[in-house]
Amino acid sequence: MKARTKFIVGAVMVAGTVGFLMTSGIKETGVYFLTPSELAAKVQADPSFHDVGVKMGARVVHGSIERDVGSQTITFEVTDGAQMYPVVYRGIAPDTFTDDVDVVVEGRLMADGTFHATSLLAKCGSRYETTPSA
Amino acid sequence: MTVLGQLALWLALLLGVWGTVVGFVGGWQQRPELIRSAQRATYALAGVLIVASIGLLVALARHDFNVAYVASYTNRTLPLVYTLSAFYGGQSGSLLFWAVVLAVFGALAQWLTSRRYDHLLPHVAGITSAITLFFVIVILFAANPFERLPFTPADGNGLNPQLQNPGMVIHPPMLYLGYISIAVPFAFAMAALISKRLDTGWLHAIRKWTIVSWLFLSIGITLGMWWAYVELGWGGYWAWDPVENASFLPWLTMTAFLHSVMVQEKRGMLKKWNMVLIALSFMLSIFGTFITRSGIISSVHSFTQSAIGYYFLGFLIFAAIALVWLLMSRMPVLESESQLESMVSREASFLFNNLLLVGIAFSVFWGTMFPMISELVRGTQVTVGPPFFNQVNIPLGLGLLALTGIGPLIAWRRASPRNLQRQFAAPVAAGVIVAVLLLALGMRSFYAMMALALATFVVGTITQEFVRGVGARHRLHGEGYPQAFARLVGRNRRRYGGYVVHLGIVLYFVAFVGQAFKTDIEASLQPGESVDLRSPWGHTYTFTHLGVSQYEELNRFTTAASVEVARNGRRVGIMKSEKRQHVDSFGRPSFEPSTEAGIRSDLREDIYIVYAGSVAGTEEAVYRFTLNPLVWWLWFGGAVLVAGGVVTLWPGASSGAERRRAMAGYAASLTGKGSEVAAR
Repeated sequence: MKARTKFIVGAVMVAGTVGFLMTSGIKETGVYFLTPSELAAKVQADPSFHDVGVKMGARVVHGSIERDVGSQTITFEVTDGAQMYPVVYRGIAPDTFTDDVDVVVEGRLMADGTFHATSLLAKCGSRYETTPSA
Repeated sequence: MTVLGQLALWLALLLGVWGTVVGFVGGWQQRPELIRSAQRATYALAGVLIVASIGLLVALARHDFNVAYVASYTNRTLPLVYTLSAFYGGQSGSLLFWAVVLAVFGALAQWLTSRRYDHLLPHVAGITSAITLFFVIVILFAANPFERLPFTPADGNGLNPQLQNPGMVIHPPMLYLGYISIAVPFAFAMAALISKRLDTGWLHAIRKWTIVSWLFLSIGITLGMWWAYVELGWGGYWAWDPVENASFLPWLTMTAFLHSVMVQEKRGMLKKWNMVLIALSFMLSIFGTFITRSGIISSVHSFTQSAIGYYFLGFLIFAAIALVWLLMSRMPVLESESQLESMVSREASFLFNNLLLVGIAFSVFWGTMFPMISELVRGTQVTVGPPFFNQVNIPLGLGLLALTGIGPLIAWRRASPRNLQRQFAAPVAAGVIVAVLLLALGMRSFYAMMALALATFVVGTITQEFVRGVGARHRLHGEGYPQAFARLVGRNRRRYGGYVVHLGIVLYFVAFVGQAFKTDIEASLQPGESVDLRSPWGHTYTFTHLGVSQYEELNRFTTAASVEVARNGRRVGIMKSEKRQHVDSFGRPSFEPSTEAGIRSDLREDIYIVYAGSVAGTEEAVYRFTLNPLVWWLWFGGAVLVAGGVVTLWPGASSGAERRRAMAGYAASLTGKGSEVAAR
């Protein structure tokens, strides 16, 4: 076999490996990213969706944050304007987590309608810009 | 001053148009007066943009809160260094920073490049002017830092406390310097394409620029990791966030380019591929700027969403079309001069290095854009996170690590079995021994073991090169070992500097291995209470909560929690972590409180303590304690990498100064007698 042909075979193998790793990676680790309304629609269409881990992007409802420092549990409500969900998160919240910020919570929607989050990311309008002072 | 700045921007617009038109026309018609004019336009462009930048810096330093930008990002209590660094802390200021640095690079490219490449320079001027022009247009029409408010606030909003960190003063400019300096090699590549002068001339012209730009990118990314680690308080340095990925992408393609140009220089192969790589690197640097500003990908880092995304999108599309057309029309002159002769050769190992780097870049791009892609295709956003990137990139990264050892040592064209045995027998043996040792010591993570074995192999090849080189000089020239070492490196800076850079990369990999063994615990503790955490090295750490204190300092109100740390019962010391509430000059709180992690590093591991808050009104504190193995190796690897880069860049014997010195010596020996007389 000529070196060039061998190289092409090698290149195809590398590309195949990359492709395989990517498709399997997406299949195994891909997570739906939904707004509360989309999540509500999904769950309504298919109740087994409760068991699927999802990410939900929404805004924290003003004044809804309750922290129980002792048990490190934070409960709050999020909304996209149409659909609202209460969220329970156990752990340390990021500094930027406060009223009215956009958050991304990852976790499951329980049958009782509360969202149990395993991770909580908060986005301050932008990290580089200030929020208008209250 | 803002009036002057504004005026300077308009002048920059005119000069940008002039430089672009005259550069291309001058290059096309080879008219000396136009060429000179284009060159001067790049100098003038740099000049006026420097004036504009000074205008903004003065406004910042004077707290001119009537200027919207100054009011948005600074306040009176902000220390001067952060006030000035707000220059690139916000949207429009960072664009001005882009423009001014690009213009300065464009001017330097004209000024520093040898006259040998005169046939390329007018086109280079045209391209750097055109890119600068684009930024000036965005600044003037969409994000002007000199815009004024209808009223003057008494104090500004202040700078986000997370940006008030020395790392953040140097990280963004370093990264920007990296991004922006890609434009110079890119401009030379395009100039070569446009003028159809596709010999290796342009490659020689950009050699140092490529390394400089790669080095800035590496420093920028590493400082970004450091900043994220000390400032964001989540205990890691890399989260595969879209903005991090955006900086990683051009680094990957530039690394590929750095290697593949050697194949073109040596063997005249890969001409098209190199053009594609440098064009891709440039596009990715603009793309990075685009996704952080357009809001199309949600990231915790992003700037506010704004219309300037459309400007960038437009520019990217235009550039892509122009590039594809240019490449297609020049295909015939980009034919390879030689063929790949064997799979066991340096060419082949560099080709695979390129494939892996581009494969990694593709997967990172795909993962970053996947929310958008899945929404387009399936109507729902699907995101992928760190598990995806790790799953894909760890095996590819290990392949790359192996090639780091193989590439520099294997023979060009076709490696003989003797060459292979001579170069690789000892390093492979060292790698295997380490793998066996690790297995015997109980390491069960396959990837971690492979990474450390391959790291040993690479370090083995590098050590072998240095030992053999020094030994040969010692034998042939009778030099002492230190002198032989200095001469060896000094006479082959590119080669041995490259080895040192590789050594730095190996250290990064060692640090990444540590992340597989990270461990943490969260606890709510009363004063005097403690919690234990077992380190992956087998020690047990005991953290005892001592108490919480509150005090005012500088521009903030600080709550500090202290912890006594003991390793296996022996006291290590007291560490503290803080919550800081920043205030403006009226004592009003600005921003949410920010966390300052307590970090203590040694070669084995970092102790990383985050104080998350207190139970209302008591001294009971909530903590997260993290043991982060081998993190220190990352910063050390960064330093080694920079040192290696500096060695490769160090002006060689062929530089102007050296040549003049050599000439002076020659002249002196001719007139030796005369000077002897004169000396008397």
